[in-house]
Amino acid sequence: MQVSMTVNGQQHSDEVEPRLLLAHYLRDVVGLKATNIGCDTTSCGACTVIVDGLSVKSCTLLAAQAEGAEVTTLEGLAGPDGELHPMQKAFREEHGLQCGFCTPGMVMAAIGVLADNPDPSDREVREGLEGNLCRCTGYHNIVRAVQSAAKAGPAAGQVPQGQEVAR
Amino acid sequence: MSILGTRVVRTEDPLFLTRGATYTDDLVDDRLTGALHATFIRSQVAHGRVLSVDTSAAREAPGVVAVYSAEDCTDLDPIPAGLPMVPAAMSRPWFASETVRFVGDIIAVVLTEERYQGEDAAEMVSVDIDTLPAVVTTADALKDETLLFPEAGTNVMAAFGEPEPADFFAGCEVVVRQAVVNQRVAPVPLETRAAAAAWGEDGRVTIFCSNQGAQQAKAQIAGWLGLDPALVHLVTPDVGGGFGAKIGADPEFAMVAWLAQKAGRPVKWVENRSENLVGMLHGRGQDQVVAIGGSRDGTVEAYSLLVDQDCGAYPRFGPVLPTLTMLMAPAVYAFPKVHAQARALATNTTSIGAYRGAGRPEATAAVERALDLFAAEIGMDPAEVRRKNLLPDFHEPHTTAMGAVYDSGEYVAALDKVLDAAGYQELRAEQARRRENGDVKQLGIGMSVYVEITGADTGLGAGESAEMEVHPDGTATVLTGTSPHGQGHATAWAMIASEQTGIPVDKITVIHGDTDRIPRGGGTMGSRSLQQGGAAVHQAATELVELAKQRAAEQLEADPADLEIDLSSAGLSVRGTPGAGITLAQLAEKEPLLVQTRFEAGGPTFPFGAHLVVVEVDTESGKTEVQRVVTVDDAGTIVNPLLAEGQRHGGIAQGVAQALLEEVLYDADGNPQTSTLADYPFVSATELPSFELVDMATPTPMNPLGAKGIGEAGTIGSTPAVHNAVIDAVAHLGVRHIDMPTTPMKVWRAIQQAQQEGTH
Repeated sequence: MQVSMTVNGQQHSDEVEPRLLLAHYLRDVVGLKATNIGCDTTSCGACTVIVDGLSVKSCTLLAAQAEGAEVTTLEGLAGPDGELHPMQKAFREEHGLQCGFCTPGMVMAAIGVLADNPDPSDREVREGLEGNLCRCTGYHNIVRAVQSAAKAGPAAGQVPQGQEVAR
Repeated sequence: MSILGTRVVRTEDPLFLTRGATYTDDLVDDRLTGALHATFIRSQVAHGRVLSVDTSAAREAPGVVAVYSAEDCTDLDPIPAGLPMVPAAMSRPWFASETVRFVGDIIAVVLTEERYQGEDAAEMVSVDIDTLPAVVTTADALKDETLLFPEAGTNVMAAFGEPEPADFFAGCEVVVRQAVVNQRVAPVPLETRAAAAAWGEDGRVTIFCSNQGAQQAKAQIAGWLGLDPALVHLVTPDVGGGFGAKIGADPEFAMVAWLAQKAGRPVKWVENRSENLVGMLHGRGQDQVVAIGGSRDGTVEAYSLLVDQDCGAYPRFGPVLPTLTMLMAPAVYAFPKVHAQARALATNTTSIGAYRGAGRPEATAAVERALDLFAAEIGMDPAEVRRKNLLPDFHEPHTTAMGAVYDSGEYVAALDKVLDAAGYQELRAEQARRRENGDVKQLGIGMSVYVEITGADTGLGAGESAEMEVHPDGTATVLTGTSPHGQGHATAWAMIASEQTGIPVDKITVIHGDTDRIPRGGGTMGSRSLQQGGAAVHQAATELVELAKQRAAEQLEADPADLEIDLSSAGLSVRGTPGAGITLAQLAEKEPLLVQTRFEAGGPTFPFGAHLVVVEVDTESGKTEVQRVVTVDDAGTIVNPLLAEGQRHGGIAQGVAQALLEEVLYDADGNPQTSTLADYPFVSATELPSFELVDMATPTPMNPLGAKGIGEAGTIGSTPAVHNAVIDAVAHLGVRHIDMPTTPMKVWRAIQQAQQEGTH
C-alpha cells in the first residue's frame, strides 16, 4: 500500500507492506536510523518520535496509521545551521546520555514532557519519562537535563515546524 | 591548569544527539549490501529430546533463501566449555540435535531477504520434542537426579573450597546463619545483540557485532569456527550498552559468519527483546548461606560463605563468578577467620555470565547482609558493628585471608563520610519517632561498606595497548584496545592525550574496536579501562612527546634535555628561549609522528566506598519508596568528574533495581516468565530518586593516573544498602530477613509472617 507523510519537514511517499511499523518505515524506508527499537512490547520508548505534536512510540503505530501526519525524529531537531535544539543541548551539558541507545527516544519524550508541562517538578519529569527506559544513566542526569532545558524557555517543548531537514 | 579533573562535556554527543550513534543494525556499508536476515528457531522447552525438526514448509515460505539445522552443520565442532575446571562433556552444539537444555537453545535458523519474512518462516519450522524433567534451581541441580550432560555424570560444573569445618564458630558467643538469595537478573542493555558478516574475495570475513572487546570476540569466533585468526576482521560499531553481557562473542555471532559463508551472501542478525531475554546471558544467580559469629560487644570472630552458583545450561562466565565472590568474601573487614566454599551448577535455564560487578556484588551483598543480621541479633547499631570490625586505614598493600592484595583503604573514613553526609543520627531519630507512633509508613536506613577488585588480570594480562599519531594538520588520532559502550572513552582518552601534548580535545579522534587496526586489546570490562587503557594513552602521549623532543632537537639544534612541551601551542620550545620552537604538527610534516605502546599495570586496584540508603516502606501494602541514596565511591584520581558521576549514577540504579524490583523468573518446568519488558520489571525513572554523591579520592600507585575502576562500584555498594534499608524499615515488626527483590508482596508477607509468629 501507499503511505505519505512529512518526516522532518520533508514529504515522503512510499509503497509499503500494510503491516510495516512506523519505526521500521522511518529506519529502513526513509533511512533515518537515529530512532531505535529496544523492545517488542511498547515498554522501552527508544523508538519515540513526535507525530502531529504528540510524542508517540513508533513501534506501536503502523506506518499506515501515520498517513498524512507530520513526523519529527531526532534528526529533525537541530537547526539548519546545526544549532542544537535546547533539549539536545541540555542532554549534552548535563551528560544525560551514555551509550546513546535510549537517547533519540528519550529526547523526543522529554520534549513531549515539556510540551505538556513547561515547568515540571523532578517528580513530574520522572513520571513523564516513565515509559522511556535507560540502563546507563540511572535517569539522574536525564532529569537534570530536562530541568535545565525547561529553563531555556518554551522552545524546549516544541519541535521545529515545517523545517526541511537535509539527509 | 591541567585539563584532567575537569568536567569536559563529551565529544561523542553532538553526533549521538543529532544523527544518532551507529549501532550494528544501523550500519550502511557496501560490504553488507544485499545482506540476508537470520532468524533463529529456538527451543520452547527447557529440557527434552529432539525427535524431529521439519523445515520443509519454511523452505517454501516467501523470501526464504535457506534453512539450516543440525544436519547441515557437520563441519563445526561443538562449542567447548572453554574453562579448565569444567568437564569437557559440557559443550554446546551449534544446533541442538538430540537434547535441548534451555528455552532459547538454538534448533534451526532461516535466512530471508527481508526481516519480516524471517519471523513468518520461523513459525513454519515444526519441532517435535519429548519433554524431560527440568533442572530449574541450584537445589534441583545438586540432587544430580536429572542430569543436563549425562556423560559428565554430574550437574556440577566446578567446585571450589572445602566444606565449613565443624568447629569453625567454636568459642563464638553468637552465631547467625541465614540462607540468602542473590537472584538471577537480566542485564538488558537497550541495544539487543546484533551481528553482521560478509566474506570478501580475499577469503577474509568481516564481522560487525555488538560487543565489549573486539580482540577477544575475534579470537573466540576464529577458534570456534576453526579459522585462521588472520582471516577474521572484527569491527565493533557503536554499542548500546553491555554491562558485562556483551563480553567476548556469543555463539550467534560466529554463526552469522558461518551462515554468510554457507549462503555465499552477507548475513545480518538483530535479535528482538523477547529473544534477548532468553538468549543473552543473565547475571548473578547465587544461592548463598552466610554464617557470622562473634561476641555481644560487636566483634566478629568468624565469617563463612557458601555459594551455589546457577550457571544455566552451558558454561560461560558462570563458573568463574563464585571464584570472584570467594576472593572478595573478607570484604572491608578485619575478621580473624573467613571461610568460603562454592559450587557452580548446570540448570535448564539461560546461561549466566558477567553482569555489572560479576561476582563482587554477590560477595558484598552476602557480608553486608550478614553484618546486619549479626547487629540485629546482638541489638547493636549496624554502623557501630561495622566500625568495630572495619580494617583500620592502610596505605601499604594488605593481604586478605582469601589472598587478595588490596592496594590501600580508608574504610572507616568512607563510612564516617557517608553517615555525616546523610545525617545519620537525625535519620535514626526520625525512624524512632515513626516506630513510636506506629506510623503506616516506616523509615528504613540501610548501609554498606564495600571494597571491590578492578582491573584484574582475566587471562589477557593487566595491561593495555595504545597508539597515538599527530598529523600535519594539528589533529591527532588515538587508537585504544578498550571498547567503550557509553563510558565516554573518546572524551576521556582525548583529555589524557591533550594533557600531555596540548592538542585540543576536539582535535583528537579516538578509535577502537577494529582488529585490523588494533590487533591487541583487552576491551572494556571489570572496570579496567581508565586504569589500563587510559594509562596506556597517557604513556603513549608521554612517549610521543619524548620522540618529538628527539626530532625537534635535531631541527632546532638544541639538546633534547633543554626542550619542553609548550601546551598552549602543542609544540616544543627551548627552555628559556621564548619563541624558538616547533609544533608537533610541523614535526609530523617531515615523517609520521607516531608512537605505539603497551602499558602494564602494577596490579589490580581495589576501589572502596560506603553507601547509605533511606527508604520508606508502607507497612500496609509492603511497597518501598527509595527516598535517598548517599554514596562515597573512592575510585582514586578522577579524570573527568562528569563521566565518573555518570558511571556512579548508572551503577547505583542497577543496584537499586536488583534490591527492589528485578528478577528473572522461571516456572517449575523451566519456562521463562519474564521474557518481555512488559514482564521483566526493568527499573524506570519513577522508582529512583536523584542521588547524593560525596567525593573521596585516594590515588592508587598501580598506574600513573592514580585511577581505580568506577564502572561497577555503584552497583556493588547500592544493592546491599537498599536491601538492608528495606529490612531495617520493618525490623521492629519482627522481620529478620527478606530475600531480594524486596517486592511489595514479599515485604507484606514477611510482615504478616512475623506478626503471626509474634516474634516482636
